[in-house]
Amino acid sequence: MTHIAVIGAGQAGSALAAKLRALGFDGQLTLIGSEPVPPYQRPPLSKKYMSGEMQLDRLFLRPESFYEEHQITLLTGTRVIGIAPDTMTLAMENGPEISVDQIALTTGADPICLPPAMGGGAPGIYTMRSLRDADAMAHEFTPGRHVLIVGGGYIGLEAAAVAATKGLQVTLVEMAPRILARVAAEETSDWVRALHRAHGVDIREGCGLDSLTRPNLTTFSAGLSDGSMLEVDFVICGIGVRPATALAEMAGLEIDNGIKVDAFGQSSRPLIFAAGDCASFPWKGTRIRLESVPNAIDQAEATAASMLGQGAPYVARPWFWSDQFDVKLQIAGLNSGYDRVITRPGEKPGTQSHWYFAGDRLLAVDAMNDPRAYMMSKRLIEAGKSPRTDAVADPQVPLKSLPLVEDAAA
Amino acid sequence: MIKAIFTAPGGTTIETDARDGLSLMEAARLANVPGILAECGGACSCSTCHVYVDRDWIGKLPEKDEMETDLLDFADEVDEATSRLSCQIKLSPELDGIRVTVPTRQG
Repeated sequence: MTHIAVIGAGQAGSALAAKLRALGFDGQLTLIGSEPVPPYQRPPLSKKYMSGEMQLDRLFLRPESFYEEHQITLLTGTRVIGIAPDTMTLAMENGPEISVDQIALTTGADPICLPPAMGGGAPGIYTMRSLRDADAMAHEFTPGRHVLIVGGGYIGLEAAAVAATKGLQVTLVEMAPRILARVAAEETSDWVRALHRAHGVDIREGCGLDSLTRPNLTTFSAGLSDGSMLEVDFVICGIGVRPATALAEMAGLEIDNGIKVDAFGQSSRPLIFAAGDCASFPWKGTRIRLESVPNAIDQAEATAASMLGQGAPYVARPWFWSDQFDVKLQIAGLNSGYDRVITRPGEKPGTQSHWYFAGDRLLAVDAMNDPRAYMMSKRLIEAGKSPRTDAVADPQVPLKSLPLVEDAAA
Repeated sequence: MIKAIFTAPGGTTIETDARDGLSLMEAARLANVPGILAECGGACSCSTCHVYVDRDWIGKLPEKDEMETDLLDFADEVDEATSRLSCQIKLSPELDGIRVTVPTRQG
């Protein structure tokens, strides 16, 4: 009987295994995860789970009975320590080798921690990626305590929002000149900064963490590059992730900002596939890697089909979301290569969207509490259509009748 | 447990039993109902959990909030009278036996 092993039991691994069954795969199917729990949703960890609004059982993507019913052997708390691509065997940390016919690597990404010299890995310094991370820091979230958040990307900002809402004193430092510098335009950074400042978050940009010491058992002393020294109770590190490629590297697979796969999710070895945060794939003549749930699900499902010989090339339709305070930020498309940003006021107060263009071509939109702008722009982007920038800037022109660039040319 | 009956793209009927308080989307995911992608996990951020609620049941649901209304206004194949986002429908004893249909385009 054909045996497929899915290594990595996160959102991508879970989606891939479920899709294999949904497509009629009736061979042996093993889903292997190093964490002690069944596959769960990560996004709420820095949002509703951290704030206490969402309980543990709702984090799980599916109940354990699901895996039994679909004859998916779910191995939790289990580590694969090596892959022999010639013999297609998996070396396990505990237990005998496993022989398989195909492998899907859905190993995700690992958070980058502070270097050990800065205290990385020490108690009171947290990363925000796993359920264990979230549970470990839960007791720290009591009103009046002071948290230092290192990194002004989405994870850091979401953690800052939860902490501030819970009544903590929050200082967030970002080494780059502005928050969200890697992923968004200045307009969005400005908007999000104003939101956080209105909620009392102390945001310091162009400001690095120079030193972190522990003068006593209960507090940290943080030396910042702006010359100030802060006493804080704990530290959350949100300085990004690295694709988890160690197994793939050991197996000799090609790596290019993640495990290099083609449009079918196939790696440089034909029987080994990869999907989700760990994989880089072709995109409009270049190669990208996305850190997002929608991509993890979509790419995993497309790859499952390819593994069964039913595949079509995967075309990513990138979108992202973030919840901070009472704001829902929704992002359609990928903005890389933009040369201008058009701001469109929303129909309701406090709503706004930023439209990224390269010349006349619409690339992406950041929508702040403006789901209408998000939904409309997502459709346009996926259809390869671009609205006229003057119309985008004019809130009197309804979203549904934005004139397109082609219209203008005609 | 609250029963919900989904008609999946292609016409298959899937009955689910889910705990009071879960969302209809969660019930669908637990039962692996095809076409309910629920990419945002119920954060009312996408519209990939869109369903048509059977006309006998639509009146029993609480009104849509603004976010749901706006997302549905731009979703695919929307039916003004019966389209809802299943992540926003909380299962309760009054909804025991609810019937919904998953749009084909999502499947």
